[in-house]
Amino acid sequence: MSPWRSDALLVWLLRGCAALVGAIVVLILLFLVRESMPAFRHVGIGRFFTDASWHPLADGSQGEFNLTPMLVGSLVAMLGAVLLAAPLGVGSAVFCHYYAPRWIARAYRKMIELLAGIPSVVYGFWGLVVLVPLIASWHPHGPSLLAGILLLTIMILPTIALTIDAALANVPREYVSGAAALGMSRWGIIRGVVFPAAKSGVFTGILLGTGRAIGETMAVMMVCGNVVRMPDGIFAPMRTLTANIALEMAYAMGDHRSALFVSGLLLMVLVIALVAMAEMIGKEHIHQES
Amino acid sequence: MPCDNPVIISPLDAPPGAVRFTRSRLADLGATIVVWLMAMLVTAVFVWLLADIVWHGAGQLSWQFLTEPSRNAGRAGGVGPILVSTGLILAVCLAVSLPLGLATAVLLAEFTAVDSVFGRLVRRSLDVLAGVPSIVFGLFGNAFFCVYLRMGFSILAGGLTLACMVLPILIRATEEGFRSAPQEYRLGAAALGMSRTSALLHLLLPAAVPGLVVGLVLGIGRALAETAALIFTSGYVDRMPGSLMDSGRSLSIHIYDLSMNVAGGNAHAYGSALVLILLLLVINAAASQMAERWLQRKLITV
Repeated sequence: MSPWRSDALLVWLLRGCAALVGAIVVLILLFLVRESMPAFRHVGIGRFFTDASWHPLADGSQGEFNLTPMLVGSLVAMLGAVLLAAPLGVGSAVFCHYYAPRWIARAYRKMIELLAGIPSVVYGFWGLVVLVPLIASWHPHGPSLLAGILLLTIMILPTIALTIDAALANVPREYVSGAAALGMSRWGIIRGVVFPAAKSGVFTGILLGTGRAIGETMAVMMVCGNVVRMPDGIFAPMRTLTANIALEMAYAMGDHRSALFVSGLLLMVLVIALVAMAEMIGKEHIHQES
Repeated sequence: MPCDNPVIISPLDAPPGAVRFTRSRLADLGATIVVWLMAMLVTAVFVWLLADIVWHGAGQLSWQFLTEPSRNAGRAGGVGPILVSTGLILAVCLAVSLPLGLATAVLLAEFTAVDSVFGRLVRRSLDVLAGVPSIVFGLFGNAFFCVYLRMGFSILAGGLTLACMVLPILIRATEEGFRSAPQEYRLGAAALGMSRTSALLHLLLPAAVPGLVVGLVLGIGRALAETAALIFTSGYVDRMPGSLMDSGRSLSIHIYDLSMNVAGGNAHAYGSALVLILLLLVINAAASQMAERWLQRKLITV
């Protein structure tokens, strides 16, 4: 070890800070579980899926606690947004690297970075005053699943595009020039050489976008109409798990409040699953390279 | 393939391979068109969004709007106290996250072997932390800071919640900064018999400043943009905060409240949205400028 006393002191200080930082996730999980316990005890896990509807009361034995419509709402909105944003994100990144002249690519990248920095509440506001009236003029009921999906698409697009952009930048130049020397067409090179080489980055980008879509609260709450029911069409108003927490937390008491923490725990589990998936994809990639 | 004449003059008697060639040219053309269309679509939406905010918000912007207290639930007056609250929340957030983040980044980049268990655990927990939805941070902040630590709805609780949120971003960027410091610095310092502490303070820290600044900017951006985590931690009150224990409304919550809960609040919501976007732009520009300058100074001192 280093002969310096100050070094040992510093390392222990740093370890203390890092341990504190690492403990935050544990603390979050701990408190979510702690606050969820009353609902688990008085309502039980089964009733979150089998109750007739969502009419929560502070006394868990009386209210109705069905979270399913909101869980389905969250998942459908997420799926729609990812299905739209993934091709657009891939297209944007490919555009920057292989189609646009250099100055356009630079400006386009700056623009995407700017889009990534715009607050979700501003997206939500824009959706509320521009997108929702537009949808309403086309089909009655402006605040709808469609508005949520479109807005989420715009919001997660920068995340996906920037991650894939970074992955494409890491594709070795020799691959592309080698393929070009063989006389492959531009699209042939991208599809046959670039995409396979950047596969794990593309998936990571899409997973990151998925995580953002499922956790998004403000924008979705502002444009989706927030009616608790199973979404039965693209124009149906609906409520997501996140919006439900934000809307009801202000006045929730007792088991109702606790049920909101259960939905928070559910979100957390979904996110941890996504992170684990991303990590597995990353590992696979490393094995392929070695 | 059976082909007597290797030189093809007329496309009519071209061998099958050449036909495939034109088909792939067609796919190539199609892909080019689709990619350009996608880029144009994204650009159009971006311009539409920004133009809408600037167009409607620019009329609201004035010195009075930035300094006056809000009246009539935000329909009249300005955003003065709200800007102060936003600044205070941000200050609390940075005062906590900056030292913690810097220390963790130094540990991960300089004092931990890549395969050490402790380092891997911290990294993994940061990965999860980065993905936690903001509303879950709000739930946690409410249960832990507001209720368990008895801070109530306060700027302090909001700032601490945000500090947990920005830590992963801050740490990742700062760590990159340390990794980009040349290896010769460490070897040279060791050869001169410097302690690792003084090597860190005098050589590596200055070299890592650009990374730190980038992390700082990204963190500030995320903190300024945050709404969901603050509603149930720092609260809704739009008066001038007297202390950190007072509830204070951030600019983002102001936009949300005006557009959703206040009829006729859209005009001032546009104004506030423009202020928020301008703030983010200014911080971004200033920081990239600073990073550039520091980068140059680093080059000069070498």
